[in-house]
Amino acid sequence: MKKRVNVSRKILATNEEYALKNSQFLAEQKKLCLNMISSPGSGKTTILVKTINELKDEIKIGVIEGDVQTDLDAEKIRLTKAPVVQIETGGSCHLSAAQVSGALENLPVSDLELIFIENVGNLVCPSAFELGEWGKIVVLSVAEGDDKPAKYPVIFAKSKVLLINKTDLLESGAQVDFDIERVKADARKLNKGIEIFTVSAKTGTGFTDWYNWLKESVKNIRGG
Amino acid sequence: MHETMVAESLLTTISAESTKQKAKPVSAKISCGALNTVNDEILCFALEAIAKGTPCEGMRLEIEHKPIQGKCKNCYETFDFELCQPRCPKCRGEEFDLLPDAPLMLEEIEFETE
Repeated sequence: MKKRVNVSRKILATNEEYALKNSQFLAEQKKLCLNMISSPGSGKTTILVKTINELKDEIKIGVIEGDVQTDLDAEKIRLTKAPVVQIETGGSCHLSAAQVSGALENLPVSDLELIFIENVGNLVCPSAFELGEWGKIVVLSVAEGDDKPAKYPVIFAKSKVLLINKTDLLESGAQVDFDIERVKADARKLNKGIEIFTVSAKTGTGFTDWYNWLKESVKNIRGG
Repeated sequence: MHETMVAESLLTTISAESTKQKAKPVSAKISCGALNTVNDEILCFALEAIAKGTPCEGMRLEIEHKPIQGKCKNCYETFDFELCQPRCPKCRGEEFDLLPDAPLMLEEIEFETE
């Protein structure tokens, strides 16, 4: 005999419970938390280091650093003197909300205003796991090609900000075919509210708008 | 999407239900929205691999994909949204709101009873 049992349970319920716990904690503490997602090598760490150094008198920033192996990225962040907690995922291609919950306990959260989570370099898996962040930041470097929003739509549909990085390559005469307008149009088709900043972490171009957005967002979270 | 984590979560839930029902699960039905990016083949393989030696060994998995829907801002048509080519099928408009995506759900388990 066969018997059917109706379950109707969310499969990632455990991750969601932790994500909810994290977001409630961050909201109570009035801290801005941003989850940075990109392919490997798009420049997340370089953007973070530059942002921390240049905003250190204005915003107190802490970092949760996710990597499959090594703490090379965490080391780079440590040089800025910003508090950093490393999560080595040991093969897993994304961070989970439970890992972030543990990391938050090891960060001096009350001394901070902004917490960046640098996710594992991957455009697919991290997009499906909420960590309790206030918003996702997707970083795309021009070397990766302008078809990425069309090919990996989910992360572009879910992000609050798109940072188009390494724009210096477009001006250097290097053989890079990258239509910024196409990327903007494709991203906005999926997500009309997405903020888009074109930057070069190497030359510093475009960072002022990104910094203004960060300062505004920190202020809103603190006040709200 | 990291299918192994989904498979582990399924195994835990279904094994617990199997103990409760005192019966062996023969099939399970799950559903997911477009933004979950679940790959059927990888998920089935992951579940098969980790289910060895558990009550879930040999269980069939049925995966229903629910499209995400968009609502056209021009003609107010609600339609299944193609992530790769978003456009209203009625008026060809490209301005719309995305409606909430379906979560990843374990819907139903079928057990073999004595």
